[in-house]
Amino acid sequence: MKTKLQNNIAITVIRVIAALVVLILAFLLGDILISGIPHISWHFLTAASQSFTSGGGIGVQLFNSIYLLLLTLIISFPISLGAGIFLSEYAPKNIFTATVRMAIEVLSSLPSVVVGLFGFLLFVVQMDMGFSILSGAIALTFFNLPLLTRNIEESLRAVPDLQREAGLSLGLSKWKTVTKVILPEALPGIVTGVVLGAGRVFGEAAALIYTAGQSATNINFGNWNPFNSTSPLNLMRPAETLAVHIWKINSEGVMPDAAAVSAGSSAVLIIAVLIFNFSARVIGNQLYRKLTATK
Amino acid sequence: MGINKYDFNEKNILKFDSNEHELAIVTKNLQVFYGDNHALFDGDLEFERYKITSLIGASGSGKSTYLRSLNRMNDNVARVEGEIQYRGLNVNSKKINVYEMRKHIGMVFQRPNPFSKSIRENITFALKEQGLKNKKKLEEIVETSLKDAALWDEVKDDLDKSAWSLSGGQQQRLCIARTIAMKPDILLLDEPASALDPISTSKIEETLVELKKRYTIIIVTHNMQQASRISDYTAFFHLGHILEYDKTKHIFTTPKVTATNDYISGNFG
Repeated sequence: MKTKLQNNIAITVIRVIAALVVLILAFLLGDILISGIPHISWHFLTAASQSFTSGGGIGVQLFNSIYLLLLTLIISFPISLGAGIFLSEYAPKNIFTATVRMAIEVLSSLPSVVVGLFGFLLFVVQMDMGFSILSGAIALTFFNLPLLTRNIEESLRAVPDLQREAGLSLGLSKWKTVTKVILPEALPGIVTGVVLGAGRVFGEAAALIYTAGQSATNINFGNWNPFNSTSPLNLMRPAETLAVHIWKINSEGVMPDAAAVSAGSSAVLIIAVLIFNFSARVIGNQLYRKLTATK
Repeated sequence: MGINKYDFNEKNILKFDSNEHELAIVTKNLQVFYGDNHALFDGDLEFERYKITSLIGASGSGKSTYLRSLNRMNDNVARVEGEIQYRGLNVNSKKINVYEMRKHIGMVFQRPNPFSKSIRENITFALKEQGLKNKKKLEEIVETSLKDAALWDEVKDDLDKSAWSLSGGQQQRLCIARTIAMKPDILLLDEPASALDPISTSKIEETLVELKKRYTIIIVTHNMQQASRISDYTAFFHLGHILEYDKTKHIFTTPKVTATNDYISGNFG
């Protein structure tokens, strides 16, 4: 009887804790969405922001966030893929591997504001890149690299050794086995990790304040020549992202509708991150089905 | 009765008269070390072509270690010394292209390990990687190797389904099909039926008996009935030593070595 009672108490406590987590999340999301969604309109999503008058939108910031995210992925994914494959498949147990591993650990535990300040000193000031999308993308790469590398390494490691033996026993080289057998099988996990990481990068502010900058210069969406300074694709222009915009409005915004813009922006940010999270799951599952021919 | 007490010098190892028997693969003084652990001491065996040879012995006797050395699957985990003679070459030499060699000496593992691909791709994948592009030829190989592995009738309408949709026994036969699609000389099987139910096991055994017409088969098994049912020759491994190697019927009826006798009569292992 005593065992049964203990068991029931334990289960109840665990359920309450789990429910609490869900409740907190639901409260946060609900609060942000309820206060923010009424401010979202097509105009809000596309118009340029205003510093002193009301009626500003977040068009430029939204574009900047997406563009910065894409650039970050373009830089960080190949590096992480290489590092992940090395660590999972090739790394011998020696001091070099241990050093790489430790570097990744340290990098992943750096506070993002420190990464931002480092980026500011090295890229913005020292290398004279100025507040620019490129500086921001490199800073975000530092931020994203350890997470992505570890995700890729773990996804590859999760593929059973039997698959490696199968490839090798058929006369495939180790490289072929890794790229044609192990990588496809790990791909769903990798993609899920990339998209989840993208959600984090999308919402990152601290690392960008001093690298990509806090000003949304007017850009001309009719000009797609990346070398022109008003082009959206220009790498050297300062680019305030959505997350930085929210931070800025709340710390020094003087427009009359600051509260509404902030609430709307937050809702957009949250919705985007939610989309990332859900699509990570969906894409991962679909990819798995497609690659493994399971119907 | 302790299991360490046997005299490792009490041996009975069959040698073939090379005028009467064609040999597929021969090992000379094969030794395997896992770090400081000497796992196999004196691997001297000759395998006759187009026969099934069983390797039996208790867990940790070195039989799997020996088998995996034959196609160099132990390369990264162990140090293997000695000679493996195959077609006049020492396969255990550093100069050997192991990837090429493994096409000739194929392997099927203890647990079914089909690729996470369709049934068809499981067979065509390695062939394609080696440059075979002819669709018709590939289709032909898919059909013949699945027939050889006695799986064709069960899967011929589902070739594009995932290999993981098959039962364990079917998966294992798919792995056999995948291996023989490479047209190897020698088929190494590491306890291929140990994870399967009795019906699947007997299907695998029938398949192997059929396959020995064209392949030399070396099989590690825990199951002594299996060894006696399907194999022509049997080698008994004990604590890293090969103590007896003879015709299967001699091993199971009139073993000459005390340890073999104790093992097959169930005194240890």
